[in-house]
Amino acid sequence: MTKTITIAHGNGGTENNELITKIFYKHFENDILAKSEDAAVIEDGKLAFTTDSFTVSPLFFPGGDIGKLAVCGTCNDLAMMGAKPKYMTCSVIIEEGFSTRELEKIVKSMKTELEINDAIVVSGDTKVVPKGAVDKLFINTTGIGTIEHKGITASGLKEGMSILVSRDLGCHGATIFAAREGIELESGLKTDCASLYPQIKALMDADINIVALRDATRGGVSAVLNEWAKTSDVCVEVEEEKIPVIDEVRGICEMLGFEAVDLANEGTFVLCVNKEDEAKALEVLQQTHKTSAIIATVTQQHVGKVLLNSSWGTKRFLDLPTGELLPRIC
Amino acid sequence: MAELELKNLYDDFRDGDTLRAYAKIIAKDAAKLDRTINIMEVCGGHTHSIMKFGLPQMMPKNINFIHGPGCPVCIMPKERIDHAYVLSLQPDVILVTLGDMIKVPGSSGSLQDTRAKGADVRFVYSPLECIKIADKNPSKTVIFFAIGFETTTPMTAVLVDQIIKLDIENVLFHINHVTVPEVMRELIDSRDEHVDSYNNKIDAFIGPSHVSVITGAKIYDEFPRDYDRPVVVSGFEPVDVMQGISMIVKQFVENRCELEIQYKRVVTNEGNKSAQKLIDTYFDKVDLFRWRGLGSVPESGLKLKNEFIKYDAESVYKSVLPITEIEDHRLCICGDILRGTAKPPECTIFGTACKPSTPIGSCMVSSEGACAAYYKYGNLI
Repeated sequence: MTKTITIAHGNGGTENNELITKIFYKHFENDILAKSEDAAVIEDGKLAFTTDSFTVSPLFFPGGDIGKLAVCGTCNDLAMMGAKPKYMTCSVIIEEGFSTRELEKIVKSMKTELEINDAIVVSGDTKVVPKGAVDKLFINTTGIGTIEHKGITASGLKEGMSILVSRDLGCHGATIFAAREGIELESGLKTDCASLYPQIKALMDADINIVALRDATRGGVSAVLNEWAKTSDVCVEVEEEKIPVIDEVRGICEMLGFEAVDLANEGTFVLCVNKEDEAKALEVLQQTHKTSAIIATVTQQHVGKVLLNSSWGTKRFLDLPTGELLPRIC
Repeated sequence: MAELELKNLYDDFRDGDTLRAYAKIIAKDAAKLDRTINIMEVCGGHTHSIMKFGLPQMMPKNINFIHGPGCPVCIMPKERIDHAYVLSLQPDVILVTLGDMIKVPGSSGSLQDTRAKGADVRFVYSPLECIKIADKNPSKTVIFFAIGFETTTPMTAVLVDQIIKLDIENVLFHINHVTVPEVMRELIDSRDEHVDSYNNKIDAFIGPSHVSVITGAKIYDEFPRDYDRPVVVSGFEPVDVMQGISMIVKQFVENRCELEIQYKRVVTNEGNKSAQKLIDTYFDKVDLFRWRGLGSVPESGLKLKNEFIKYDAESVYKSVLPITEIEDHRLCICGDILRGTAKPPECTIFGTACKPSTPIGSCMVSSEGACAAYYKYGNLI
């Protein structure tokens, strides 16, 4: 571990894992935490429980704002455990001088998103801190949901299973990057930020056996696939040309030297199902997003690794993203 | 001519059938040769493409890649990074640089570390953003830590030009621009101090793409003429690189040794003359620039001309900047990798002590370095 914490420790990739395991897991160690799922499963598998903090800058961005993100993020973590989001808490830390009108706008968009999930905020807290102590506004939400589909786990992947993504990748990461100070690219991009419970419910209603499920937030789809490959002791073989990426995102990636699979999403999930369920699952997903696709198969080729096959027959590893995402120089 | 869209680049120039067709042509021609051809791609952008698209897997046994020194972040010696580190910690300074320079560790840490300590370190995509930053922060000094080959030098020159013309007083420069032909010459024509020989295995060069857009292909005239090394200036996309390689192999089959341009859609022989003029207006060559992994290379770097010294952070902050040169780690073999006498996995610390998260040698530093590309895309394949 380095002596001080850097931005890289919050990237959802290698450094982030190191920070969590070497400091937090070391001291908080218990069986539930050790599972390291999106949400903890408690009370004999009846409830899912999770928390998340939101510090995004800028607070308002094309397609959403920090409030929408704060509800989606936590509800999605619950949905990823096959749970129906029910009750939430909401804590805000506000920098002195912040506009009341903007605050209300943020709270209103939280309300809209709560309605989509049919969840309610039942407790909360506010703190106001001196100028400079936080960047405008930070939000923490915690959520509880009732588990409707048991047995979803990152360690359940077996040879022959299929992996799908729920839509085209990287919209959120590309949007935030394009809007950043110092980049300021003009684009028609919007974040993919959305509540995922309705789609998960549709999969369950169609009687699909969900093996593994994860929303591809920080670290993107690469982080999810790498984690699954490691925890399940399998190889995930991705067909590169099947990865859905829209032109705008691809353009930004080409310009800045990123890969869409490494970019953060806020309304995109990765799903692993048995081979016989893949067609039905794709049909359900495509009712929400036409761009959803079957992108990978579980094999035993290089256990613990994600392999990317190009359309011209070459192979390479798709590694966990490391460090802060920074544009290439030339 | 039909208009070329960005989409064409990643569809047409990455077309599987075209790539396979070039692989066949290369294999057929290479079979006519009774020797191995070692091709150096000078530019880090090419190294990245070659590894990302798995092109070595498509080559016949007697065509070999040598990964060159063309990654501006990788070759930055630690003492220059220490300058950035110290400058960023000066009171009322905003240090601005490009992309992944922020990650590179000097002897006491990286700019990421000083940022964690509270320094105001920012990265920009265009150096002209410095004008906005300076305008928003009139009480601060903005120092642009300029890096890169001929590709990025014009952008720095434009910024210098604007700062002077708009009479902006709170922007200074720390110049670390380096030049391609000088280091190519050094690689084939210099004595390797470590092994005391003129050893290198380079038979031909893939010329950098975007450097050549600025300088023109003419800067490589000397290599086929004086050093017997063919040069083909190629684009970055996999189809470009495969076509460039097939052109090089063809030269060996037909016993030619020439400078050719594959990347004709943007590269000319003369280059961008107004950019060249702007560079000449503001910059002089330095006598020596120390390259991480290679040592000092004559006239391979640039500095602000003496008449613009008041904009030079190296002069303004002279009293606080360290001057000791820092040697490369003794186990690191980046110098051999850059000369083509070794491959990254042959290094004893590759992937163990030296990793992208904790780079020891220059080639592991940026994603465009040879070791980093091997580590990321295929250390096991």
